[in-house]
Amino acid sequence: MKTTILVRLATQSIRKNKMRAALTMLGIIIGVAAVIVMVAVGFGARSRIRAQINNLGTNMIVITPGAAQAAGVSQGAQAFPNLSLDDVEMIRREAQVVTAVTPVIVSRSQVIGEAGNWRTMINGVDTDYQVIRDWQTSSGSFFAPEDVTALRKVAVLGKTVADQLFPGSDPVGQEVQIRNVPFDVVGVLAAKGQTASGSDSDDVVLIPHTTAKAVLSGRSFLPQILASTASEGDIVAAQDEIRVLLRESRRIGEGDPDDFTVRNQNDLAEAAEGSTKVMTLLLAAIASISLLVGGIGIMNIMLVSVTERTREIGIRLAIGARGSDVLTQFLVESIVMGVLGGLIGLALGVVGSEVLGHFTGWETVISPLLMLVAVVFSGAVGVFFGYYPARKAAALHPIEALRYE
Amino acid sequence: MSVIRTSSLTKTYASGTNEVHALRGIDLTIERGELVAIMGTSGSGKSTLMNLLGCLDSPTKGSYELDGVHVETLSRNELAKLRNEKLGFVFQGFNLLPRTTAVENVELPLLYDRSGRKLDPRALAIAALKRVGLGERLDHQPSELSGGQQQRVAIARALVTSPALVLADEPTGNLDSRTTIEVMSLFQELNEEGVTIVIVTHEPEVAVYAKRVVEMRDGRIVRDEAVKNRRQASRDLEKLDERSAA
Repeated sequence: MKTTILVRLATQSIRKNKMRAALTMLGIIIGVAAVIVMVAVGFGARSRIRAQINNLGTNMIVITPGAAQAAGVSQGAQAFPNLSLDDVEMIRREAQVVTAVTPVIVSRSQVIGEAGNWRTMINGVDTDYQVIRDWQTSSGSFFAPEDVTALRKVAVLGKTVADQLFPGSDPVGQEVQIRNVPFDVVGVLAAKGQTASGSDSDDVVLIPHTTAKAVLSGRSFLPQILASTASEGDIVAAQDEIRVLLRESRRIGEGDPDDFTVRNQNDLAEAAEGSTKVMTLLLAAIASISLLVGGIGIMNIMLVSVTERTREIGIRLAIGARGSDVLTQFLVESIVMGVLGGLIGLALGVVGSEVLGHFTGWETVISPLLMLVAVVFSGAVGVFFGYYPARKAAALHPIEALRYE
Repeated sequence: MSVIRTSSLTKTYASGTNEVHALRGIDLTIERGELVAIMGTSGSGKSTLMNLLGCLDSPTKGSYELDGVHVETLSRNELAKLRNEKLGFVFQGFNLLPRTTAVENVELPLLYDRSGRKLDPRALAIAALKRVGLGERLDHQPSELSGGQQQRVAIARALVTSPALVLADEPTGNLDSRTTIEVMSLFQELNEEGVTIVIVTHEPEVAVYAKRVVEMRDGRIVRDEAVKNRRQASRDLEKLDERSAA
């Protein structure tokens, strides 16, 4: 029998039992819609975190002091303030694939400007910082290498700081005071938005690290060194290189653990994504259960349908249908119901994700692959749960089926 | 060549410990163009014979040749193909698909056709419905048709494949006396056009419209003869009309 005829027969019989078919499909519809929405929310959360991590910079490597273990006791990163400017210079000099490197001297301080004062993060950095974090200026420019070597008192303001201290005017060329020391504002950074942890990346003032050390802190250790490579493929090599250099300079014996940590953006992203991944899986698993229940619904209805339509099956067998024709017809019916339910559920899921995203402000991401999988899977549910009832129908004896009341 | 030729056709059902001999050796030959009534009370074995002749069941013993094909050795699928191509069924309860239009019901056998013939099911179904006088009711569903009309749809479905034999099982069992005569008139008309028809019935009033009557009792043929005083259903209908007009 031709496929077109089979599909026609199946859709005919679905059309003749619209209510029953609709109720049968409801399980699949809800299941698929639930899976789509849940996974869309999960993917949305992940893509948001990914975007925030990427926002940190390009091909960025983060070196922090302290690590793993000291005398067998895990200390965690930053336990020992043991990174220095010498380390920065050594990496700049000797690491082959590292193209940019900067120290980051962090302190918090009150900053006074034209319109008031504001407590913010003061980061002492090198000019490479702009390259590593891929951070453009919206006004003015970043400070120059000469500013760093000459310990000039120049500052680049983050968007938030600029808005607070100079509302409505361009801060470039004006003056701010940090701990009573006047700094010339040479640039304003473009807005970057929130970080992965939810803090404001634009709430910052950048000054040369030499100036920061001399004027603000006087400390000789660094809480962080940032580096980057020309291409993404070099990141792992660069990490290894840095690790070897640092171990050599510190004379860390073979087999002893690092006393520093070298991480790349992906490590940061994965750590941040870990929990959402688990959450997404959990949500998808719960939603899949409803899809399973939907499949059992199909089987239930098809079994009832076989009993109810015994006479019809008898007629078909009497006028020349083979067992396999009846089997295929019932199977196609349940597949059509599965796929149709899947498509409706898909539409509902897409709309539902949009609506949910609209009202909660969550980002939702629907991947085309997921859509395809959802529809194929609901078809498969149709086959799986339709086969047993269909086989039952096909095995009927024509005489008994005809005699059935 | 005979349409039906059986020899010593036997059917035994095992019912618990004892055996039920439904058919005890039937020798029956039906030629092309015959209109045969198979009669008998319930339990006479006429339904069993009907099922065997209709290739819906296999005999325990004996041979059955339908339109030159030996049936007793065929597989389930071969039987289905044979039913599809050589037989047309008309049942007591009409057995039309509910919520399905007349034309869809009639084209159904053609959808299961495996002969590879190039057929237009829709056109053939419409032609068959016109032939039974239902050209105006193509898109009506069974629930919108009277009993007589439903049985005509069933007859059209039996005819649509141009079968070697139309098998009717108590075709008038659910109909009133006037509709019964109408349906028999249609059978006579089709028979005149060359269709071989076997009608299984327990009503003598129906058998008088056949050309030949085969009577069964206890699984055996006890009478097989040409119908004496054969009636023309169309003439009986005219008489009925005159009477109701008067």
